[in-house]
Amino acid sequence: MTATGANGSANGRALLEVLDLKKHFRVGRGMTLKAVDGISLEIKKGETFGLVGESGCGKSTVGRTLVRLYEPSAGQVVFGGKDIHRTMGEEARALNRKMQMVFQDPQASLNPRMIVGDIVAEGLDIHKLAGSGEERLDRVHELLETGGLNREHASRYPHEFSGGQRQRIGIARALAVDPDFIVADEPVSALDVSIQAQVINLMKQLQRERDLIYLFISHDLSVVKYISDRVGVMYLGVMVEMAPSEELYSNPLHPYTQALLSAVPVPDPDVELERERIVLEGDVPSPVDPPSGCRFRTRCPYTTEACVHDEPAWREVSPEHWVAACHCVN
Amino acid sequence: MQTGNTQITLTQDHFEPVKTNARDVEVLSGPPVGFWRDAWRRLKRNRIALVAGSIIFLVFLLAVVGPWLTPYTPFAQDLERQYREPSLSGFWFGTDEFGRSMFDRVWVGTRVSLYIAFLATALDIVIGMSYGAISAYYGGGVDNVMQRIIEVLVGIPNLVVIILMMLILEPGIIAITLALTITGWTSSARLIRGQVLRLKEQEFFLASRSLGAGTYRLIAKHLIPNVFYIVIITLMFTVPSAVFFEAFLSFIGLGIQPPNASLGALINDGADQMRFYPYLLIFPAIVLALITISFRLLGDGLRDALDPRMRK
Amino acid sequence: MASGAVNAEIVLRVSDLRISYSTYAGEVQAVRGTSFDLRQGETLAIVGESGSGKSVAARSIMRLNPESNTIVRGGEILFEGEDLLKLSERRMQAIRGPKIAMVFQDPMTSLDPTMRVGRQITESLKKHLGMTGNAAKRRAVELLKLVGIPNPGDRFRQYPHQFSGGMRQRVVIAIALACDPQVLIADEPTTALDVTIQAEILELMRDLQARLSMSIILITHDLGVVASSAHRIAVMYGGKIVETGTVREIFYNPQMPYTWGLLASIPLPTADRSQDLIPIPGTPPDAINLPKGCPFSARCPYTMKVCGDEMPEVTRFSKDHWTTCWLHHPMAPKVDPPARVGGRH
Repeated sequence: MTATGANGSANGRALLEVLDLKKHFRVGRGMTLKAVDGISLEIKKGETFGLVGESGCGKSTVGRTLVRLYEPSAGQVVFGGKDIHRTMGEEARALNRKMQMVFQDPQASLNPRMIVGDIVAEGLDIHKLAGSGEERLDRVHELLETGGLNREHASRYPHEFSGGQRQRIGIARALAVDPDFIVADEPVSALDVSIQAQVINLMKQLQRERDLIYLFISHDLSVVKYISDRVGVMYLGVMVEMAPSEELYSNPLHPYTQALLSAVPVPDPDVELERERIVLEGDVPSPVDPPSGCRFRTRCPYTTEACVHDEPAWREVSPEHWVAACHCVN
Repeated sequence: MQTGNTQITLTQDHFEPVKTNARDVEVLSGPPVGFWRDAWRRLKRNRIALVAGSIIFLVFLLAVVGPWLTPYTPFAQDLERQYREPSLSGFWFGTDEFGRSMFDRVWVGTRVSLYIAFLATALDIVIGMSYGAISAYYGGGVDNVMQRIIEVLVGIPNLVVIILMMLILEPGIIAITLALTITGWTSSARLIRGQVLRLKEQEFFLASRSLGAGTYRLIAKHLIPNVFYIVIITLMFTVPSAVFFEAFLSFIGLGIQPPNASLGALINDGADQMRFYPYLLIFPAIVLALITISFRLLGDGLRDALDPRMRK
Repeated sequence: MASGAVNAEIVLRVSDLRISYSTYAGEVQAVRGTSFDLRQGETLAIVGESGSGKSVAARSIMRLNPESNTIVRGGEILFEGEDLLKLSERRMQAIRGPKIAMVFQDPMTSLDPTMRVGRQITESLKKHLGMTGNAAKRRAVELLKLVGIPNPGDRFRQYPHQFSGGMRQRVVIAIALACDPQVLIADEPTTALDVTIQAEILELMRDLQARLSMSIILITHDLGVVASSAHRIAVMYGGKIVETGTVREIFYNPQMPYTWGLLASIPLPTADRSQDLIPIPGTPPDAINLPKGCPFSARCPYTMKVCGDEMPEVTRFSKDHWTTCWLHHPMAPKVDPPARVGGRH
């Protein structure tokens, strides 16, 4: 998976560039879990990049490494022209503020012992962004209302709220420090369908109003397609395909992407009746010991001898459409 | 399928649309319910825990005011009135071989036992929890080393250490407290370490980290409040263990020495004379049993009430 | 999957089921007068969000709700001529497994981690069918093969942790099928699984239904799953069924605003990205303080004065399709569903 340099087109400022990012974890007895093993992507101003994959593909790890919850094992993350892992002290803190995260689990993402007002204001308190107590309260109210909640909610505890409301509190918290980039790690997966739509709409609105960029991580392909400008598909730590949203869904080139798309249930009975499903063999291999050559070969319906040795090259096969190009892609 | 039956006659007016304000649907009902209030509410419904709590309160009360309820004192000897049977008009718990009022002695003894227990527990918790929290918070190599140390300490038989200590030091309150603490802190350490390790992975903790929170804030605002309830529960279980252990030490002669009293010392004396004067044993034994059982039951109740997962 | 047994006989009939459970905050009315039928060989999907009461209703069929605080306030569940709500625990044990089986959401916790997989299947065979040693083992291996587990002979002896999530769910299904039940209740069977595995499991269930002529109650919140696997759908909200019909009727001709809301809030792969999704505002109802009338009235964009006060009557559109909604009353204004919803007829 080579990738130094631009993955998107050369024009249009890329606010975030990820270059051959790797994150390995040591897991006892000298074995390494290669959670992320060489990812490259770019997000331009005002864009949303959707990162999809099934469990164990490493997408959450990518998100956490981007907000510096993990330090990368290799590779670079460049935000606004600066390599974020090479900055120190004050500059690092300032940069950190610009990149925030919204988490998946509405139960666990809010400290049950703090009132909502304090939770939302935490960023303000840490970076001393609000002067007097009154100013702080005003900001808190403002943030809550931005998230579609009421002012009175500031004095309540998280457990009194529903899942959707808690997610919105989480978003308000992230917005408090005025970030430019938000990593949303499965922000709606734990919510009911009708509530998902509320949160997604909120996120789209916030993006328009505040000129944010998003990395939207999810396993739900329909939601990702809807909210993302470009989508990247991950499998076992590497990216297998990346393209603009429409293009990926109408013209998937990699066998895994094709299988994934064919498996997504469509809420339309006639369509479901006529669909052809691509069935994958076997189980997902362990990221501790990924298959040699092409990682997908153990489950791919088109495996050949060559796949054991040759790791497919990451190529731009058509404008903005990148694939780990194996023999299938041609 | 059944059809509904309308109670009222419908008019066109009934079918006027009603505007729902988007904000209204977000309203929460009821007053804010904090964690502690919610826990207290749940605890109140647990009758056993309430009874246990009342017993503890009673024991505490008597330990403080007990001796003043009688005209006698715990230490005054009067061989004239030795070995009196317990009676409501005379000595409520009887007298011992020196003619001392057992009622007074039992409650003074309780005072000493509780004092030792709480002191030992406090040290246990402070030392143990700090150790466990530091070990878990820093993780990695630090955690490794600290845990290996604990493992070595745990491997040493408790009883041997304690007995050795008692033989070296003068038996007395401080000595007993130290002995209890030296071996007891390891379980709190492990308990807290487990909790902190878990909390470190919780999303709200990660959220604070990504907002840029420093070590102090993470520990003070996020870790401690979420382990605090465990501290309280641990306290509930450690106290009776300490009381019981002190009693055991006194029973084998290594605890409080006469003329001072502790529950264990009293039980020891009582056991010697059990055949002829059983009341010398029974009263302190009952008090010990009540303390042990009540703390444990209250601890159970508190654990259920404070466990955040058992809400609603 | 729309070809269905439309006129088949009724295997299970739930009538006016009312289940509550007591909490310290009051009585939570989880199911408030729900009625539905399950016909031979069909899959009935009960769709609803959290708090709709669908899981409680399903578990009531198996009488698996916690004894201590569940109150049966009324209704009956007729199966093979008996009312399941009135049976003794002993009689229920004879039904759970051999006649009605259940598959739960989380394959991690559905299996006993300390027992070999094969034994978890043979246990049921021995208890309910009185099979012995080798016969039970043979049948168990057969079942593992039936659910698509490769090398069933070897895997018979393995422990659950040696299986992946999807494989575990297959084992759970094998256990459920062991005694050839007539009814299978699947409570969110694929929610915890990856999408490719989900597709496989759903395919497996469809296949098994065709082969074994089993009737399935599928509980889910995912309308995509429903579209591929169900014959008929019952939409639940606030403890009541608000609309029910065949799959095509519900997807292409829904008649109730909550159903519209559900359909409109799903991003379709063909959806136009520039359009916002149309969410349903607010949150699911507080199950202790439910409105007197339609449970959806507080969030419904078409609410009328009568909606909050009176429960709507049932309006029938076809043999299988009915809804409870005041919009269908002759005096109500004519309302069209949102543009995204419905479509072909």
